[in-house]
Amino acid sequence: MQRFSCPFCGLRDETEFHFAAEAGKHRPEPAPEVSDADWADYLFGNDAPRGPAREVWVHLTCGEFFVMTRDTVTREVLGSAALPGRSQ
Amino acid sequence: MQRYSAFSLLRHGLTGHRGWRPAWAKARPRAAYDAVIVGGGGHGLATAYYLAKNHGISRVAVLEKGWIGGGNTGRNTTAVRSNYFYPESVALYDLSLRLYERLSRALNYNVMLSQRGMLIAAHTPAQMEICARIANAMQLNGVDGHLMGAEEAVRRIPLLNQTADARFRCLGGVWQGRAGVARHDAVAWGYARAASALGVDIIENCAVTGLDVQGGRICGVDTTLGRIRTERVGLAAAGATPGLAALTGVRLPIHTYALQAFVSEPVKPMLDTVLLYLGTGTYVSQSDKGELVIGGGLDRVPTHGQRGNLPAQETVISGLLEMFPAFAQLKLLRQWAGVVDVVPDSSPVIGPVGPGGLYVNCGWGTGGFKAIPAGGWLLAHLLATGAHHEISRPFDLDRFARGRLIDEAAGSGIAH
Ligand SMILES: Cc1cc2nc3c(=O)[nH]c(=O)nc-3n(C[C@H](O)[C@H](O)[C@H](O)COP(=O)(O)OP(=O)(O)OC[C@H]3O[C@@H](n4cnc5c(N)ncnc54)[C@H](O)[C@@H]3O)c2cc1C
Ligand SMILES: [Zn+2]
Repeated sequence: MQRFSCPFCGLRDETEFHFAAEAGKHRPEPAPEVSDADWADYLFGNDAPRGPAREVWVHLTCGEFFVMTRDTVTREVLGSAALPGRSQ
Repeated sequence: MQRYSAFSLLRHGLTGHRGWRPAWAKARPRAAYDAVIVGGGGHGLATAYYLAKNHGISRVAVLEKGWIGGGNTGRNTTAVRSNYFYPESVALYDLSLRLYERLSRALNYNVMLSQRGMLIAAHTPAQMEICARIANAMQLNGVDGHLMGAEEAVRRIPLLNQTADARFRCLGGVWQGRAGVARHDAVAWGYARAASALGVDIIENCAVTGLDVQGGRICGVDTTLGRIRTERVGLAAAGATPGLAALTGVRLPIHTYALQAFVSEPVKPMLDTVLLYLGTGTYVSQSDKGELVIGGGLDRVPTHGQRGNLPAQETVISGLLEMFPAFAQLKLLRQWAGVVDVVPDSSPVIGPVGPGGLYVNCGWGTGGFKAIPAGGWLLAHLLATGAHHEISRPFDLDRFARGRLIDEAAGSGIAH
């Protein structure tokens, strides 16, 4: 069992967490001017990086979303931080 | 190509089996090819074979980073079936199953297809309704399949836990008689051998590191064995496909996860079908050697490491023991994982992407072994003609922008 760190609750079992999305996506605006292709890329496009990755995860126990930096090959956790605007 | 037969076995036996030649030739890259396929898994090798066989294009190279069949093709639990929900999917997977049914003969290589049937089992009335819906969809799509009651299910799988306190007491499920298993290595090796005999170069230990684009068209690939010129490239690299497509700025709707499998010690025959339990997500069959071959859901952590994690192991094995308490006495022999390419609608991506001449065949996720003949057939068609086959058209990447997803995860409720 691997343990991940929630910025609010500390180290917890990996089963308490759920991967949400790759971090750094920006919702294209304004909606009426966004092309289908850009919208599809925002919804579905991924980098699926090999190695270091920034990802949004949710700690299911406390319900907070946060950013986790991990290595997707070694699975080493490099850091976790609250989303911008959320105080820890 | 040396043909295999009972007679050739006998003949070589008389000379101490010293006359066998390697099944496929170890090739070194040439300077240029009519088409280059990246990834020597089942899909890449089948693509090369059908390019040569169906389209007469044999100046083709398959470039494989490691050894052929060393990716998911050699790591999967070998269930083949076509019990999907949407007509587009059934057209695709049933083409594949029909090709599988003729494959040993077509390749002169025994892929050990064993159509022992598959039960998707339910343990609640709601799941039985889902099963009825799948069975109806299969029949409407012209594929064999029917709803099976508890009595027949237990007759076929007598070890199922039907005691009064069983947590997942089987109520029956959907049955497909043409489903079954095939030998995964044989599928890779059989396609490699037949493609090689038609003039295809199979180049192992050769990783693609770059895609050369000029004037909006592919003009070559960079590899660890040097640059190769070509105007047509097919990517069939499973979990590595997003990274390769990204070399041309293309982003795919793929996340990569580890999917695990397990085999037990060999035991006497006790399970002669493939069983997938909706309630536990665990599925199991028994190999010809007697081992139980066990699989389940994905690890829930995106990764490129071909290793599984413990929580998923616990879920799969506890699911197995709920179904078959007797299996608690068995020892596990091996456990492993492959990196699978998962798409939000659980359907593959087949078609052109990015620069002219570049095509992908990926996104098979947890269930692309059964699709190898069709995936190869369709990617070969794209590479040869530059246009979709009618069966691959719905699986184009453009379905995400058009909102025409083929959501099999929701439709058939099955992950594999
Ligand atoms: C545990 C497990 C169980 C499964 N069970 C089933 C099942 O029961 N039924 C079913 O239908 N499917 C199943 N699957 C899914 C199935 O295995 C895959 O969908 C299928 O094998 C994919 O084949 P492929 O040829 O696309 O990929 P692969 O066989 O993975 O081949 C891709 C190849 O590309 C190579 N490659 C990667 N990067 C490069 C590069 N840069 N240059 C050159 N080569 C490269 C890799 O080394 C690899 O050999 C399972 C998968 C796993 C992991
Ligand atoms: Zn928390």
